[in-house]
Amino acid sequence: MDNTDKIRAGDVRSASRLIRDMEDKLPHARLRLKQLFAHTGQSFIIGITGAPGAGKSTLTDALIGAFRKHHKTVGVLAVDPTSPFSGGAILGDRVRMLRHAEDEGVFIRSLATRGALGGLSQAAGDAIHVMEAMGKDVIIVETVGIGQQELDIIHHAHSVIVVLVPGMGDEIQTMKAGIMEIADVFAVNKADRPGAKQLQIELASLLSASPLTADAWRPPIVSIGNLYEPVGFAEKTTELMQKLSDHRAHLVVSGQFSERMERKALMEISDALRVCILEPVLNRLVESGEMKKIIDRVKNRETDPYTEAEAVAHRFLRSGDMS
Amino acid sequence: MYFSDETQKTSHELTRKWEDDVQKALQSNPDQKERFATVSDLDISRLYTPEDIKDMDFGRDIGVPGEFPYLRGNQVTGYRGRHWTFRMFSGMGSAQDTNARWLMLLREGQTGLSTAFDFPTLMGYDSDSPRSLGEVGKCGVAIDTLEDFLALIDGIPLDQVTTSMTINPPATVLWAMYCAAADIKGVPLSKIGGTIQNDMLKEFIAQKTFMCPPEPSVKLISDTVEFGAKYVPRWNTISISGYHIREAGATAIQELAFTLRDGIEYVEDVIRRKKMDVDDFAPNLSFFFNSHIDFFEEICKMRAARRIWAKVMRDRFGAKNPRSLWMRFHTQTAGCSLTAQQPYNNVVRTAVEALAAVLGGTQSLHTNSLDEAFCLPSDHAVEVALRTQQILAEETGVINTMDPLAGSYFIEALTNEIEGKAWEYIEKIDAMGGMIAAVEKGFPQMEIADSAYKFQRQIESKEKIMVGVNKYVTEAQHVIPLVEIDEKMGEAQISRLQDVRRRRDNRAVLQSLSDIRTACKSGDNVMPHCIGAVKNLASLQEICDVYRDVYGEYRDPGLY
Amino acid sequence: MSDRKIRVLVAKPGLDGHDRGARVLARCFRDAGFEVIYTGCHQTPEQVAATAIQEDVDLVGLSCLSGAHRVLFPRVVELLKEKNATDIIVIGGGIIPEQDFPMLYDAGIQAIFTPGASLDTIVEWIRKHVANHS
Repeated sequence: MDNTDKIRAGDVRSASRLIRDMEDKLPHARLRLKQLFAHTGQSFIIGITGAPGAGKSTLTDALIGAFRKHHKTVGVLAVDPTSPFSGGAILGDRVRMLRHAEDEGVFIRSLATRGALGGLSQAAGDAIHVMEAMGKDVIIVETVGIGQQELDIIHHAHSVIVVLVPGMGDEIQTMKAGIMEIADVFAVNKADRPGAKQLQIELASLLSASPLTADAWRPPIVSIGNLYEPVGFAEKTTELMQKLSDHRAHLVVSGQFSERMERKALMEISDALRVCILEPVLNRLVESGEMKKIIDRVKNRETDPYTEAEAVAHRFLRSGDMS
Repeated sequence: MYFSDETQKTSHELTRKWEDDVQKALQSNPDQKERFATVSDLDISRLYTPEDIKDMDFGRDIGVPGEFPYLRGNQVTGYRGRHWTFRMFSGMGSAQDTNARWLMLLREGQTGLSTAFDFPTLMGYDSDSPRSLGEVGKCGVAIDTLEDFLALIDGIPLDQVTTSMTINPPATVLWAMYCAAADIKGVPLSKIGGTIQNDMLKEFIAQKTFMCPPEPSVKLISDTVEFGAKYVPRWNTISISGYHIREAGATAIQELAFTLRDGIEYVEDVIRRKKMDVDDFAPNLSFFFNSHIDFFEEICKMRAARRIWAKVMRDRFGAKNPRSLWMRFHTQTAGCSLTAQQPYNNVVRTAVEALAAVLGGTQSLHTNSLDEAFCLPSDHAVEVALRTQQILAEETGVINTMDPLAGSYFIEALTNEIEGKAWEYIEKIDAMGGMIAAVEKGFPQMEIADSAYKFQRQIESKEKIMVGVNKYVTEAQHVIPLVEIDEKMGEAQISRLQDVRRRRDNRAVLQSLSDIRTACKSGDNVMPHCIGAVKNLASLQEICDVYRDVYGEYRDPGLY
Repeated sequence: MSDRKIRVLVAKPGLDGHDRGARVLARCFRDAGFEVIYTGCHQTPEQVAATAIQEDVDLVGLSCLSGAHRVLFPRVVELLKEKNATDIIVIGGGIIPEQDFPMLYDAGIQAIFTPGASLDTIVEWIRKHVANHS
């Protein structure tokens, strides 16, 4: 069995290694991913985003449990930030999913942001493809926080949960600034806390004030109380899973599903173009020392960035040498 | 005003002159390093003078022992009437093994018992749980059922010796066993005395021995406080502990502040949940501190602790009974200050730390054994540690007078500084909504992690020194005899437990477990039901599984 | 562009909660540029091995201060072997008496660092051995 077959058979070692090889940009890894691509696209991909400390990992853990109860296999991609100082990272999200560590139907993989410009989206996209090829029914992608990087990753998902908690400051303000558009389901965590009612009221009024989306989906709000209270928490998780499945059904019925798949494909193509065109060009320019000269020329106002970029594009694109 | 204007004027003049002299002297004789700081990284001045304590008021801030603010001691007589309790923490292997060690310690002049349980017992697992693999009897004694407990206390007069039990999540169960054992031996509950550690907040903060989430954990603690106040008046139902917080890497100030804030949380919970008057239970709260290697910092920390607690109890909770205002505490010398390298140096460290605890006015003391950086202490190492206390008490003369360092410019200034910084933390945690909320945010955990990492970096850079570790390192190995627990012990313990399960009345066990479940759900006090269950030979884990089931299971959030 | 990022798992098998050393090491490894998976206290050897494989780490650092290392450390190595993951290096730390070193080495633990070991030494050891390895 070669590695591609092993991954398709669900082999964790091979899959995990390929994800790492893609992250580390090893040349052979891209070839392998090409071979796998035909076998992707069957999984239901859920994005979970929300401010740090909102309880995303705990919710992911609960969702894993709920999906497993329905005999769905689950892949989880948990993203944590890379230290800008050392390039290292502590990846701790999976701590909260520990009870699933030995379940062979669950594959949890941590991913560091590695700070590369737009690179995270590509690394996440690749990892999702590997999990899809493994045949995972559901793939959950958990972001670091709420920001531009998150918006990029989240476009890989079919349905997006935005997690909120009371008392974390300008939640609602943040949402107006862009998160609102990506939320398919809201989860209000720690809803037994002071301020939870207020948050729900604000959220509900914001939702009712905003025009319905083209597909007439109004994001439901699921309030999750004390997550330590085993019975209540399980009920809420089931409710959340139900809302996700409602949303998926809605996507299919309304024809939005194929739109989202288009959005996703566009995202993947953009990422690939960046990897296949921009990165090699940048590398070539840096390695040859030409970049330094361009920087100097632009810095000294001898020329402008567009003229330089056009010259580079002209040279490389015409040569067709984009390996 | 602590000093007359004239004294202050003279102090000011002399100090300025001295400062000039210092500057001159430093030209030719520079200091050995740039900064002089405590082990907790608190900057220390070269000299303290009346100016450093000029705002103090003797009556208000210092006073005499037995009077508010109790800076100088709770009781009026000090150690002349009675030494602190020599209480050596011990436990290993089976109940029989530990019982033998206890009887030895009592023969050698120890005056109180202190129990170390193994990790399965501490975490609420039976010896035959898969989670207990490799752990049974390793770091303490394994207790599964009341039968083990009866073997543990065999030959110990429960009405004469007080016993401290370092037990947290399953504290209700182990205390129930103690109460049941007393009952079986015909000793009334009103006659038994001792302590259960029973401090869950510091487990979430530092020691990570946990079972249920913070909120129900505190509920169980309030149950014990209520039960103790009603039926077991000589029992200290919580030992609010800074020891583990410090061992996890906290500074002295963090140890002090987090411990006292934990204490506040418990008092608030009992008042709110049990509707009890503060004076009805506060005298049964005790504390437990670490005595680390920085001599003066530790003394000042303990003095500050008494003064803060007296203020908290009087001003925040309106306590009237002086005993409610007393901070009574046990002390253990710092395990984390010991080194595996050159282990005999540990005897010296422990002696210095024990002296600080005595000068800080501790009520009870455990001195670590020189081999505790490797393993459970050997009989001989324990004896040296116990003798260290006895030498301090009997030979050195430090017990002759109370709070002998009071009035020192340095000591009072440092005590004030530590107290002030502790209040800042306490207020910060108040603002977060209390300690449970702060723990859920990970606040104290992260503060400690930061301190621990900083300290380790300072060791790496040799800004802080540990002899034998990063200075005066030798290649020579000191071989000391180590205690090993027989691997067969675990198997024997498991077969004992399984034998009990076969012999007991299982229907009665199920009924009493169901009674506990009902109490958990209704919010009733679980203690009477626990005593019933252990008498029926329900095992530790069987009871704890009820708690886990009803309250949920807390998992380490893995903060770093 | 194709520098291999070192990935390590810092794990605490067993029931003891003395995580000071593990947490300090996790931070230290991050500051050394490694990607560190930290999984908190109270892990079973099965969870440790499964995590190591799912995360494709180069090395697992086990910390135990309860005396259970004699059973738990070898068990982790054994489980990795069962899953054909013998290329993952396993090292250990905590309160481990020297008497136990030989049996741990025999069981496949490649290095043991006890209190007092310098952080830099540990980082260097990992860099060297992970590099040799791949």
